[in-house]
Amino acid sequence: MEKWRIEEDRCKGCELCVEFCPKDCLRMSDGLNRIGYHTAELIKPDECTACALCAQMCPEIAIRIYRKVKVKSA
Amino acid sequence: MPEVQAEQTECVFDRPRALDSRPHHYCPGCSHGIFHRLIGEMIDEFNLFDTTIGIVPVGCSVLAYDYFDTDVLQASHGRAPAVATGIKRTLPDRFVFTYQGDGDLASIGMSETVHVAARGEKITIFFVNNGIYGMTGGQMAPTTLEGQKSTTSPAGRDVQHTGQPIDMCELLSSLSGVAYLARVPLTSPKHLNTARKYMRKAVRAQIEGLGFSMIEALCACPVQWGIDPKQALKHIDNEVVKVYPPGEYVDKVSGNGGKAK
Amino acid sequence: MPELRLVKGNEAICYGALHGGCDAFFGYPITPQNEVPEIMSWLMPKYGRFFLQAESELASINMIYGAAGVGKRTMSSSSSPGISLMMEGLSYIAGAELPCVLINVQRGGPGLGNIAPSQSDYFQAVKGGGHGDYNNIVLAPWNAQELYDHPRIAFDLADKYRVPIIVLTDAVLGSMLEPAQIPEEPPPIEVPPKPWAACGRGGRAHRNVINSLYLEPEVLSDHNDKLQAVYRTITENEKRWDTRLVDNAEFLVVAYGICSRIGFSAAKLARERGLKVGLFRPVTLWPFPSEALNEIMQRVSGALVFELSGGQMVEDVRLAAPGRPVEFFGKMGGVVPSPEQLCNEIFKAAEHCNAGSSSRTNRMCV
Repeated sequence: MEKWRIEEDRCKGCELCVEFCPKDCLRMSDGLNRIGYHTAELIKPDECTACALCAQMCPEIAIRIYRKVKVKSA
Repeated sequence: MPEVQAEQTECVFDRPRALDSRPHHYCPGCSHGIFHRLIGEMIDEFNLFDTTIGIVPVGCSVLAYDYFDTDVLQASHGRAPAVATGIKRTLPDRFVFTYQGDGDLASIGMSETVHVAARGEKITIFFVNNGIYGMTGGQMAPTTLEGQKSTTSPAGRDVQHTGQPIDMCELLSSLSGVAYLARVPLTSPKHLNTARKYMRKAVRAQIEGLGFSMIEALCACPVQWGIDPKQALKHIDNEVVKVYPPGEYVDKVSGNGGKAK
Repeated sequence: MPELRLVKGNEAICYGALHGGCDAFFGYPITPQNEVPEIMSWLMPKYGRFFLQAESELASINMIYGAAGVGKRTMSSSSSPGISLMMEGLSYIAGAELPCVLINVQRGGPGLGNIAPSQSDYFQAVKGGGHGDYNNIVLAPWNAQELYDHPRIAFDLADKYRVPIIVLTDAVLGSMLEPAQIPEEPPPIEVPPKPWAACGRGGRAHRNVINSLYLEPEVLSDHNDKLQAVYRTITENEKRWDTRLVDNAEFLVVAYGICSRIGFSAAKLARERGLKVGLFRPVTLWPFPSEALNEIMQRVSGALVFELSGGQMVEDVRLAAPGRPVEFFGKMGGVVPSPEQLCNEIFKAAEHCNAGSSSRTNRMCV
């Protein structure tokens, strides 16, 4: 299940998300986005706990976090 | 019929409704984006979307009227608190905030800042203190640290020549019109949680009619400081907080800053 | 018919504003208009409106910007040096297309000057004291009745065109005690809807932004074209003037405000002494009633422009009537000539004009 999604073209390569991920799940890409920055990418999706600390520190609000939630249905 | 537990995927972190989706023009690692988002979170949490009127300054955030999806007025340099007064006094039921940098609030607008606090205007100021003039290319600000290099203090700020940096929380805390005053560095998720607690109280100071409130955020300006975003946050945690101690300076709001009901 | 009341000029301004629907007054003390904030401080709350003494004129004009930006009828009052402080704010108000009313009770300048009367802020009010290509309507009352009427109608004009309005008066008119017809209670008024106001979305489908910043040159150019179109419409529709004794006039006095009162007396005096003098009194200094003035200038031998300044409106008189002889007489610093003195100047000026030796300089010859 996808837990982490980035809007690549908003990323300005500040690397704060990489810095603050407690599990070192992120790194900066080799390629560049449309505005010329290396962007953040998730390299360890299985270790990601969707804690959203990366998204908290992103000044561009480029990262969305998803979790599985239980819903009751009759 | 037995209850069935199903699982679905939910987005648990997204842009607040109060913010426009337009990409920001700010530099990489600039704290404006984070502070904008926190304000957006407050507007959403307290259900203020339809009653918020924001006032944006002159400075890097002059274009913030593109980023807040509430009604917004753009004010001349330093005068946002006066503009806010004209609004709040004629529309007292609105949530009125200003968003100002250190030049806007502590230099050209110092008089307006002091007087809204003195009058106890029921507005909320979100103050971005990054100790430098960003938009105009990195000149010294009233809050620039001693020894800090800027384009108008190329040898480092000489306090014999320019005076000491101004501690706005200390300055304003002597005024009885102030209901809530706090300072927080925007340097880690833990500090952002503290920021949220403080910001909730600042919002409540206004909506409960207690008086003037201000949140001073210690922010990064990596480009004009000449260091990368990660180093910039460390600089705040190591050096800036020594000059501008974080904490709550005035607190006439009850409670501990828990989430709005 | 509303009863006749004896009022001070500055007092009449307050009632005019109240009856014109002023929601909020923000101002700062400065002589010779202190009666305005003093009276507003109790008059406004009495009728459920808002008053605040701001910390400076700089703050006042920005409070005006805020209140106007959220759709309120709002006004400030000051005098020359304080009006100078408001000029940046006025430019922002014009650029953001906001309505407001500003009273200038002119005093001696430049700099701190004195508290005596002057008309030396004509350029500032009419040609623009603030930066940028903007105009604002300028109304020039000449008695207590107009000091009541002009602020009252100014709010309608401001809302109609979304422009600032300056009511330009002076220390004499502000202090004069005169009868004026002022209703006991504020009459009912109609305020137009303001869908553009940034008063809080309240369920609106889109946000409203009050702003004067347009970074793209093409966009700012379009915005300025739009403002200029409004100013052209105002120029076509809002010129006001008053004439006395012009039907058979041989010579003209052109003056506004207190000078037009003295000019009227001097014209009557001149007639007793054999010269048929008339008075042309612009009531809107912007838009300047050029056509009406020029029409009369064609059939008189010349005009004497009389101002309490070094010669400011005289430039617009010359522009309005090119080629016609125009003389200037003025005093600065608060020295106010008597009708007798002005009458003597009229005769001198008429002589110059008839002899074809009309002075081409703008500045006064002492």
